Amino acid sequence: MSNTATETRSVTVEREIPFPPEKIWRALTQPHLIEEWLMKNDFMPVVDHRFNLRGDWGAVDCQVLAIEPNKTLSYTWAAMGLESVVTWSLTPTGTGTLLRVEQAGFRPDQQQAYQGAKFGWQKFFGSLERVVGGLS
Amino acid sequence: MLFRTLADPTRRALFERLCREGEQTVGALTARSGVSQPAVSKHLGVLKQSGLVRDRHQGRQTHYSAQLGALAPLIDWTSQMAGFWQSRFDHLEDLLKRMDQ
Repeated sequence: MSNTATETRSVTVEREIPFPPEKIWRALTQPHLIEEWLMKNDFMPVVDHRFNLRGDWGAVDCQVLAIEPNKTLSYTWAAMGLESVVTWSLTPTGTGTLLRVEQAGFRPDQQQAYQGAKFGWQKFFGSLERVVGGLS
Repeated sequence: MLFRTLADPTRRALFERLCREGEQTVGALTARSGVSQPAVSKHLGVLKQSGLVRDRHQGRQTHYSAQLGALAPLIDWTSQMAGFWQSRFDHLEDLLKRMDQ
């Protein structure tokens, strides 16, 4: 892995889900539903709206970038030194919907990783401990 | 290797201190570690083998510093987030099954 200061990378996860896009859209955009599968939030489907996703480990700062009902939704996602954009796309298939999420962003450089490590250290190693526990 | 190295609580505490406080001598690390100097030296040796710390000799003192680059495989956010989104998709599917229309 290189040590260049910033490097755009992305991660994509997609899955075919046996429900129509309209139903999935509700789960992606209604705060009480978002809370059930993602995190507590004050989301509003309005471009430029700023919101937080709150987990027991901390918060994610977000801002809505684009909305096309039942088709695409994107928002910024900033947490623990990671600046990224999350984009959802919904494509109808014969039997349901192909749901795709792409997260693209900048990998923290070492200085940022160090700052992130300072703030998130206990959490980081708490998770590490669980991973290690799961190895044996 | 990284997991095994950092699984030991004493070793992890030493590494965390080097990350937080910067370069230190074995003596300074021993003073606040609650274990003997030979034990601290042994832990530092293991950390060095894993590339997590670097040593620098100056006179009779050995100074150790953290090498955060060695953590890169653990803080590769794309692999963390891939796992995160996979598990959220599972939750989302469960929710969709419970929702009416």
